[in-house]
Amino acid sequence: MMKNKSLISISDYTKEEYFRILEVAAEFEKNPNQKLLDNYVVASLFFEPSTRTRLSFETAIQRLGGRVIGFSEATNTSQAKGESFNDTIMTISKYADLIVMRHPIEGSARYASEISRVPIINAGDGSNQHPTQCLLDLYSIYKTQGTLENLKLCLVGDLKYGRTVHSLLMAMSEFNPTFNFISPASLRMPQEYKDYLDSKGIKYNEYEELEPNIKDADIVYVTRVQRERFSDLLEYEKVKNVYVLKNKMLEGTKDNMRVLHPLPRVNEIDTDVDSNPKAYYFEQAENGVYTRMAIIALILGLK
Amino acid sequence: MKEELTVKAIENGTVIDHIQADKLYKILSIIGIENFDTPVFFGNNLPSKKYGTKAIIKIADRYPSDDDANKIALIDPKAVINIIKDFKVVDKRKVELPEKIEKFVKCFNPKCITNHEKVATKFTVVKKDGKIGLKCRYCEKITWEDNIEII
Repeated sequence: MMKNKSLISISDYTKEEYFRILEVAAEFEKNPNQKLLDNYVVASLFFEPSTRTRLSFETAIQRLGGRVIGFSEATNTSQAKGESFNDTIMTISKYADLIVMRHPIEGSARYASEISRVPIINAGDGSNQHPTQCLLDLYSIYKTQGTLENLKLCLVGDLKYGRTVHSLLMAMSEFNPTFNFISPASLRMPQEYKDYLDSKGIKYNEYEELEPNIKDADIVYVTRVQRERFSDLLEYEKVKNVYVLKNKMLEGTKDNMRVLHPLPRVNEIDTDVDSNPKAYYFEQAENGVYTRMAIIALILGLK
Repeated sequence: MKEELTVKAIENGTVIDHIQADKLYKILSIIGIENFDTPVFFGNNLPSKKYGTKAIIKIADRYPSDDDANKIALIDPKAVINIIKDFKVVDKRKVELPEKIEKFVKCFNPKCITNHEKVATKFTVVKKDGKIGLKCRYCEKITWEDNIEII
C-alpha cells in the first residue's frame, strides 16, 4: 500500500499505514540483518548536517544490504557551484532507487517528490516536517506501552517551535490521548494545535511547573528549551533550570512511564536519569533504525 | 445618488461592483490596471444600501479571466462582476473563492521553497474566524489575508 509513495509529511500516511510500519519495524528489530536491498542504491542527500538522522538512515540501509551514495553537507556539491535544487534532484533520481533528503528550505521535500522519478523520504525540511522521527516515536510508545490508545502524554520544553512535538501531537490525536503541555509561558503550544485538539474533543492541560505534573503520565517527552528562542535572555536565565528533569523527580511516577527525547540532549535531562529504567531515549534512537528500515522496505515494495 | 452619475457608464466591458471601500486599491493593483490600454473608471466611498459605502470599477472593452475572478474573490469575496454589452448587464456573477489558488499569490514564509526556486505556488483555501488563509502545499504554512501579496 505504501509502495512508491513518498513520505514527506506525517499526514501523508493513514493510521493503517502507521501500524504496518510499526509491525514491520518489530520484525526488523527481531532480525535486523535482512539483505532485502541487494542491488539497490539509495541516495542520502544531506544539504545541511545532521549526524544522528543521517547515520540512523545509513545504518538502516546498510543493515538491509543496500548501497548508499550521497553527501553530508552541501558545500562540496554542485549546489555550491550554483546548480538549482531542481537539477540536483532530477539528476540523482536517475541514479538511485530511493532518495532520503534533508534540506533547510521548507517544502523542499514535497517539491522533490513532484519532480523525482523515485520516491523521496523527507529527513527534515527546515522547521516543517520530520516524519520518520514521528514514526520512531510512535514505535517507541507502542513498544513500551503495548498500545497507542488512551495514553497520557506529557510534552515538556519548547512547545512553540518544536517540530517533533507538533508532529507527535497530530499523529497521537488519532488514538484518544490526554496531553499535559509543560513549558515556559513564552514557549506554549501554538493556538492552532490547541484548536485542532478542541475540534477532535481531545483533553489537554497547560502547566509551567514540571515536577508535579508528570506523576500520572505514561510518556514524558522532553525537548530542549533553546537559548536562541528567547529575545529576553533574562527570561531564559529564569526558566533554563526549571525544565531539567532529574532522577528524584521520577519518584512516584507510574511504573510503565518512559522518558523520551528526540536527542541531542544538552542539559534538559540530568545524566542521573540515564540509569533509571524509565529512561528510554537511547533505545528510542535505536528504534529509529528499525523504523527507518521498515519505511524503506515498504516504500520499495520489499515487505 | 446613482453611481452612473458619478462613474461614467461604459458601452462594453466589465463592471466590478459592491467592492468594500477599503479594498478598491488592492483590487486595482491585482487586476493590473497599469497594463490596460482601454479606459478604466473607478469611484470610491459611493453610497451602498448593503454596506454603507462601496467602491466600483468600470473597465471598457475587457472581460475578466477566471484567474482575474479568483484574484478578486481573494481580496473581496463580496464583490460582484457584471459583464456589459451595449450598456446593458448581460451577465452578473458573484465572485467565488476557489478551493485551490495557484501561481499568483506569494507564500509569506521566506524559508519556503517557492521563494528560493522557480516553483509555482500552490495553496488550499482555509477559513478561520471569518478570515481567509492560504495553506501552502510545500511549507504547509498559512498566509492569512492581511499578508496576501499578488505576484
